[in-house]
Amino acid sequence: MPVDIDAAVIANRRLSADYNVLSLAAPAIAAGARPGQFVMIKTVGGGLDNAPLLRRPFSIFEILRDRTGAASGISLFNKRIGAGTALLSSVEPGAHLPVLGPLGRPFEPVDPPAEAWMVAGGVGLAPFVTLAEALARRGTAATLFYGARRADELHCVDLFEALGVRIVLATEDGSRGAHGRVTAPLEAALGERPLGNPVKLYVCGPTPMMRACAALASRHGRACDVSLEQVMGCGLGGCYSCVVLARDAATGKPHHTRTCIDGPVFDAQRIVWDSVLSH
Amino acid sequence: MDLSVQIGSLRLANPIIAASGCFGYGVEYADVVDLSTLGGVAVKGLFLAEREGHSPPRIVETPSGMLNAIGLQGIGVHRFIAERLPELRARRAVVIVNICGTTLDEYVEIARILSDAEGVHAIELNISCPNIKEGGITFGCSLPGTHAVVSSVRKVTRLPVIPKLTPNVTDVASFARASEEAGADAVSLVNTFLAMAIDVRTRRPKLTNIVGGLSGPAIRPIAVRMVYECRRVVNIPIIGMGGIATADDVLEFMIAGANAVQVGTMNFVDPFIWTKLLDGVRAYSQQHNIERLQDVVGTVDTTARETAWISS
Repeated sequence: MPVDIDAAVIANRRLSADYNVLSLAAPAIAAGARPGQFVMIKTVGGGLDNAPLLRRPFSIFEILRDRTGAASGISLFNKRIGAGTALLSSVEPGAHLPVLGPLGRPFEPVDPPAEAWMVAGGVGLAPFVTLAEALARRGTAATLFYGARRADELHCVDLFEALGVRIVLATEDGSRGAHGRVTAPLEAALGERPLGNPVKLYVCGPTPMMRACAALASRHGRACDVSLEQVMGCGLGGCYSCVVLARDAATGKPHHTRTCIDGPVFDAQRIVWDSVLSH
Repeated sequence: MDLSVQIGSLRLANPIIAASGCFGYGVEYADVVDLSTLGGVAVKGLFLAEREGHSPPRIVETPSGMLNAIGLQGIGVHRFIAERLPELRARRAVVIVNICGTTLDEYVEIARILSDAEGVHAIELNISCPNIKEGGITFGCSLPGTHAVVSSVRKVTRLPVIPKLTPNVTDVASFARASEEAGADAVSLVNTFLAMAIDVRTRRPKLTNIVGGLSGPAIRPIAVRMVYECRRVVNIPIIGMGGIATADDVLEFMIAGANAVQVGTMNFVDPFIWTKLLDGVRAYSQQHNIERLQDVVGTVDTTARETAWISS
């Protein structure tokens, strides 16, 4: 059940000019959150009328814990893109932000002997720390394929290393990891893996990347979940603005399906990719 | 303290209603708000058949508001009755079903079907959606069309009939009067303002549908003015709406002439807004020694202004 918390900003850690990790005190949301769920944040302090008006969706990046191990808050992996993300980039500790959540259909982590391969592009890294934790708890072997344009846009890899996740990096300019798109090392790995060894893909990133991963998964006969981000009005299923065309599980017929409550996690084979907005 | 309001044969416990198109089918919100505490729940507009609506992007934010062109995606009246109404009934929601038609016959047919369904309390006639080409707003932009839809539906149902009026006309009050003459139990206003936003870098409209409906606090003063104009020409209840965000906004609409209000866009920003609005209205009533909230309806005092004009 989602709650709305007027959450205090605990810390705002700058990773680069564009990226920051924002820590928020939100015990009730942190305690109930499942891997890959999101929150709707009202950015405040943006001017005379507190613009922007609508909340913005953000994946829960980390579950923060106090000394006793109890869930005390969440962090967000933020990339400055528009007005809302610019405010979250500069907000200072002590400020308060309304945070509604946890929301959305979570990832379903696979159990051993299946492996989990997470594929992240840029800010699409955001939903994978919570998934990696859930996989580690189950003892499921996990790999993170993580791509960005340049080395200085790859962040927080240490969080995954600490959870025992195998890391495969790629940059488009070759400044770190494989030279090119992250789909190249993914394709190679899929080709090398014997069919008898089950693996499930979990993908989040730019729409063309997710589309390419879905095609690779299909070609190699592997299950693939994608976490979609669309423009959202409410996050609760009320406004019908965040729809994508997803094939009905029973009939196969595509319908406009709400990303907020039927997603953000979908079986990639259900998605009609031309209907998904590019970011 | 009496917050109740009478709409035709229907008595609402309080005047605060969730606006159609902004609250799904109500069931989506059952986890965050006790639906029985709302004055009513106006569910998403229904045609006879299912509809897929427009391709995204369907919304874009604008200063103090938003444009939408959802295109009335919906599950159709039959699936609504079978799949959503039972839960609404179980949660004791006062259900106002918003209906749309491409033809007069479609409105009549849906109204007939709903009249036989247990748990439907009123029918809101959507003759004002700016986002679909056929039907709907064609009726809402013509006085004979409005009269025809209202009187035709009136003949086939005993449920309260509430036409939802568009602001995209020269004189909304004349449409309120036409509705009253045709037998409407109340009118609700305003639906969204036809509007547009363009990405200057790509020179493309920000919505796939090119144009959409503007809602939110940006339209509130226009909506208040329109409620005020309608109050002067009709005796039936008015349900006012347009960017209501606080209890003061509720009272502003009521003082302008609304008997009840609907809240839409601001429910997106704060889905817990309902108790805040109700608490605020109660506090105001206490402060101003108001026993019956309906006593504030249409009490805007314009005399001082007129005197000022005369003396200047």
